[in-house]
Amino acid sequence: MKKTLGAVAAAAAIAISLSACGGSAPASTEAKGEINYWLWDANQLPAYQQCADDFTKANPDIKVKITQRGWDDYWTTLTNGFVAGTAPDVFTNHLSKYPEYAAKKQLLSLDDAVAKDGIKLESYTKGLPELWVGQDGKRYGLPKDWDTVGLFYNTAMTDSAGLTAEQMANLDWNPQDGGSYEKAIAHLTVDKNGVRGDAAGFDKNNVAVYGLGLAGSGSGQGQTEWSFLSATTGWSATDKNPWGTKFNYDDPKFQETIAWWAGLVEKGYMPKLETTVGASLADNFGAGKAAINTTGDWLIGQYKSYKGVKTAFAPTPKGPEGKRASMFNGLADSVWAGSKNPAASVKWVEYLASTACQDVVASKGVVFPALTSSSEKAAEAFKAKGTDVSAFTTHVKEGTTFLFPIADKAAKVDGIMKPAMDAVLSGKKPASSLTEANNQVNALFK
Amino acid sequence: MTTTTARGAAPARKATGTGTGNAAPRRRRRPRSDLKVALLFIAPALLGFVAFYLVPSIRGVYLSFTEYSVLGDPTWIGIKNYTAIFADDLFWNAMAVTVQYVALNIGFQTVIALGLALLMHNVAKSTLIRGALLLPFLVANVIVALLWFWMLDYQLGIVNEVINWLGLPRIAFFGSEQWAIPTIAGVNVWRHMGYTALLIFAGLQSIPNHVYEVASLDGASPTRTFWSITMPLLRPVLVLVLVVTVIGSFQVFDTVAVTTGGGPINASRVIQMYIYQKAFGESDFGYASALSVILFVILALVAFVQMKFLKGNESDLD
Repeated sequence: MKKTLGAVAAAAAIAISLSACGGSAPASTEAKGEINYWLWDANQLPAYQQCADDFTKANPDIKVKITQRGWDDYWTTLTNGFVAGTAPDVFTNHLSKYPEYAAKKQLLSLDDAVAKDGIKLESYTKGLPELWVGQDGKRYGLPKDWDTVGLFYNTAMTDSAGLTAEQMANLDWNPQDGGSYEKAIAHLTVDKNGVRGDAAGFDKNNVAVYGLGLAGSGSGQGQTEWSFLSATTGWSATDKNPWGTKFNYDDPKFQETIAWWAGLVEKGYMPKLETTVGASLADNFGAGKAAINTTGDWLIGQYKSYKGVKTAFAPTPKGPEGKRASMFNGLADSVWAGSKNPAASVKWVEYLASTACQDVVASKGVVFPALTSSSEKAAEAFKAKGTDVSAFTTHVKEGTTFLFPIADKAAKVDGIMKPAMDAVLSGKKPASSLTEANNQVNALFK
Repeated sequence: MTTTTARGAAPARKATGTGTGNAAPRRRRRPRSDLKVALLFIAPALLGFVAFYLVPSIRGVYLSFTEYSVLGDPTWIGIKNYTAIFADDLFWNAMAVTVQYVALNIGFQTVIALGLALLMHNVAKSTLIRGALLLPFLVANVIVALLWFWMLDYQLGIVNEVINWLGLPRIAFFGSEQWAIPTIAGVNVWRHMGYTALLIFAGLQSIPNHVYEVASLDGASPTRTFWSITMPLLRPVLVLVLVVTVIGSFQVFDTVAVTTGGGPINASRVIQMYIYQKAFGESDFGYASALSVILFVILALVAFVQMKFLKGNESDLD
């Protein structure tokens, strides 16, 4: 009796190990069954739910189960899922995260699918598809959307300050005196007694409305905080992008930019960093505590939803050389290498990247899809809602975007840069202290 | 097993003997059967201890000598993690921050809890009030942290509204470097003081009343009674409470994780937060394991020192 039990156990063990080995080869070549899909943005959930319903209608054998998780828990849950074998088959991926997953062989390469199913990469907004080609030359995601950064401003405040939409759209900036951008911020700042930031007798310790809101120090990327300024000086975060291995936080051009930006706090035009802990940039704007916010186009809907506040959008200011700049970030959908249903998963990713789904997303007017044609439809959908989004699309039209810095060890770089940037912005350390942080970051790549 | 101990223990066994089928002649061999029964009773706890504490601990120690990113296999790198830790400024910062937290947390918590326990013992005899003291402890840690996070918010929190109304400058409780750790310590004092008071209260109840009667006959003042009777007789319980709360305090994590996340700059990056950041944020499980081993050693030492010098295993009642 004992022997037979042992034999059965051994056979079962072999069967399990065989099926485990099967993970590297397609576990199921047939495209059917249920697949799990994760995303983090709740605003986009309705659009993708509709995509999933349409997809199942066209492919009755495949069911898609969508799970939305907040950004903070998304990545740790995903990593744990990789280890435990419970990760979703398909998930929304981010440029700062995918290099590590690709290096750890957790992502399925999509090159075969692209070749076999004839996906036209040139129909996506220029630059987006290449972002998802890893260091090994393999493609790990199909682009779903893109975003740029702009100035969100309270029109009641600009009106009372005598600033026209025309003026707001044509601000210029330089790291020395801040240009007309700083002048506008100063003029929009109002203290408790109603004195403007650029007038005599301004009390910087009792500010009622800050000219510029503050979300945080921006860590090493400053996507919505300072990258649109530093990039106009010709600075870039890494020696090459993607896959830079040498960071440039020691560059005087960068440190000047940060010094100027941090100086706004000292002048009383921007809130102190310590007041931002636990606070929401957008909610403070909605509560009328700031006149301008710099943030990304994915928040248009939220800013438009505040009652009694009219928000308009202006492109980021022109830099010293007369050109604007905005970080260009794009999301994509990736397939987990451990998926038990790779065929169906790939099919779903292809559908997510197709005109059919991206047009659905466009019609909701919440985000700009990656396909050029769908992106134009999204702009129209925004327009139909009464929102002028040219501040965001202008960067793409005029080619003034630059890429999100894609590098290995992003979490470790962040672990060094966030405290370092916090220290500068809170006035604890001078901008020159970033040279030391830069040395630490570069040491990670030796 | 000598016959002396067997004989010595025999009467006791006779009284509590299992008496089920154990014939008299076999009485001498009972120690072995006791072991079996004991093992049976210990088994569930032992199983849990081995599966959930011992094995993971040993694996943690092993991982501390490796480079391990969860995805992939650990590679043995000897004591490299440990040498790196001793040169790591953030580790020393984390230790300093944690010690600062523990000092504030335990200091206030123990004194307040002792006061509450005395009140419970002598004044507030209603079960309702005694129960109410325990309420904060019944709320989950994360909820408590979030609750205070909102109440102490710089712009919108009720506490800052009151401060503002009093005409004082607003305080960035969680946002400023000076306030972050005291605030977090305060939140946890608020949550734990009722529970700690309950433990001390139990200790107070075990002090026999006749000692107090004698003291009052001798005309001792309440202060004198407190320092000469209550405190010495409470010592074993206080030591136990201190050991347990200090160990718990060193492991502060949830309150930090849901509020400051270690910031501003590194002002509240306590050791557990740093371990979490290294492991789950930066996928450096080897390094994080080494940090955990160091924390384990420190906690073992702290507990040992407390037991040794405060003589926690002896009572003055005898």
